[in-house]
Amino acid sequence: MSILVYIENIEGAFKKSAFEAISYAKAIGELTQQEVQALSIGQVDETELNKVGKYGVGKVIRVNTDKLSQFQNQAYAAVIADVARQVGATSIILSNSFSGKGLAPRVAAKLEAALIDGALELPTISGSSWEFRKSVFSSKAIATVETSAATKVITLNPNTFEAKEADTPISVEDFQPSVQDKDFSIIIKDIVRATDKVALPEASIVVSAGRGMKGPENWGMIEELAEILGAATACSKPVSDAGWRPHAEHVGQTGLAVSPNLYIAIGISGAIQHLAGVSSSKTIVVINKDPEAPFFKVADYGIVGDAFDVVPRLIEALKLKKG
Amino acid sequence: MKILVCISQVPDTTSKITFTDNNTAFNTAGIQFIINPYDEIALSKAVELAEGGQGNVTVIHVGEAASDATIRKALAIGAYEAVRVDAVPRDAWFVANQIANYAKEQSFDLILTGRESIDYNGVQVGSYIAELLGIPSIAIAKKIEINGTEATIDREIEGGKEVLSVSLPIVIGAAEGVAEPKIPNMRGIMGARSKPLQVISPIDVPVLSTIKQYESPAPRGAVKLIEPDNVAQLVELLHSEAKVI
Repeated sequence: MSILVYIENIEGAFKKSAFEAISYAKAIGELTQQEVQALSIGQVDETELNKVGKYGVGKVIRVNTDKLSQFQNQAYAAVIADVARQVGATSIILSNSFSGKGLAPRVAAKLEAALIDGALELPTISGSSWEFRKSVFSSKAIATVETSAATKVITLNPNTFEAKEADTPISVEDFQPSVQDKDFSIIIKDIVRATDKVALPEASIVVSAGRGMKGPENWGMIEELAEILGAATACSKPVSDAGWRPHAEHVGQTGLAVSPNLYIAIGISGAIQHLAGVSSSKTIVVINKDPEAPFFKVADYGIVGDAFDVVPRLIEALKLKKG
Repeated sequence: MKILVCISQVPDTTSKITFTDNNTAFNTAGIQFIINPYDEIALSKAVELAEGGQGNVTVIHVGEAASDATIRKALAIGAYEAVRVDAVPRDAWFVANQIANYAKEQSFDLILTGRESIDYNGVQVGSYIAELLGIPSIAIAKKIEINGTEATIDREIEGGKEVLSVSLPIVIGAAEGVAEPKIPNMRGIMGARSKPLQVISPIDVPVLSTIKQYESPAPRGAVKLIEPDNVAQLVELLHSEAKVI
């Protein structure tokens, strides 16, 4: 019995959520006295691999073949399951990222494992029974899920478990997986990624704006505020429906659910569908000219005022603070 | 081209979510059920393809007779026929096994799901079905184009997209942007009544996990209001009190 954590990289750099997953795996390892091994697939250099040790996991299994240099859902799932079997891992941990969401069910099915998706915290363990808390009904509620399955695949929500540094020397072992040609049936024609921006699902701070901004031409101040804070930008459903902003920025019940440390809502009234996707944010700031806006009821801090007046002032105040 | 669309029903998006039986069961009293909004996008895409001359659409749903109204709505939107697996949809693994069991005899070219259901938010059923059938899958697609036996798909990734091409068959989870949700017209609603709805029995699937308890999110304290001309105070509070900047 051991724990395997799959750590995702983007073009050779591990994601923030990968370090969170490492810390999470390490903590479960300490709870259950199991060894933890990290699995890296694709081209990642030594410097980057050393970071795995920085977060407290010393054993790294590296799969680095030409064929596996780019993400392939079926092939990566086959590799993860293969490695899990080889090392006798009974808890397999992944990030609940866009790629992780596609991998986890396949890995679970291959290993006949229970799948716990979007774990919010460490499990409560009593004998063979593990209990996890996860968001349901688009964050309108939290469910406690119990499993006694011998093998478990667990995906960890980004931004819910803090990556903790714990310097450990690493040893890297190369692994040759068995993959079949049919696992490579998808051809990647293009990858479009805004590298200069903070990715919304992983962002610690999110600046989100709604119809109160009146039109797409007014998003300059939203982007400026986000840049100063190192934040990702987001929007409400009416805004993406109107084509002012891309669908990928829509947070809410039928968009992305986010749980950043700080969520700043500007000119968003706070319909129940929007609140569902953001209510698990740790701190919520609402800026709205309507004092009756429902969003104020779930906010920690609020400013009743016109966004066009308040946001530029906020930008100035932050600039001043930063020096 | 044969298209299968997997439909679940969920509480209307405006629903207040409460629980009964000592917080062990979802309280369905007064809840209006709708087709899961993402499944509606998947269905609308499928109907769009069928109307463009690319095949016909079957919808499948795992649920009891109470969900027949939801299935009829899917037929009204434009599916040709429906299948209901007569069982309580216990969890994603159970549902995926029922659908894969039906689909394996039918050789569908395209199986569409919504990216996730807005009740349990698992993002699992589609990938499970694909794994059980041994075919490729895209869990979260922002755009789907079908040309003969080839699909071109935009897969959502953090901060962008991958443009992928793949030969059918494939399972795809539809996100916003894949299609405009179709609203059934009167002809569709009338026609839906006489379209075939086949009810089949479930297969046994082992239970791997169960929900023990539900809770509502912890309420927040009262909002601290800050004067609009004193934003510096907000910055200070975020820094020293909330410790988030």
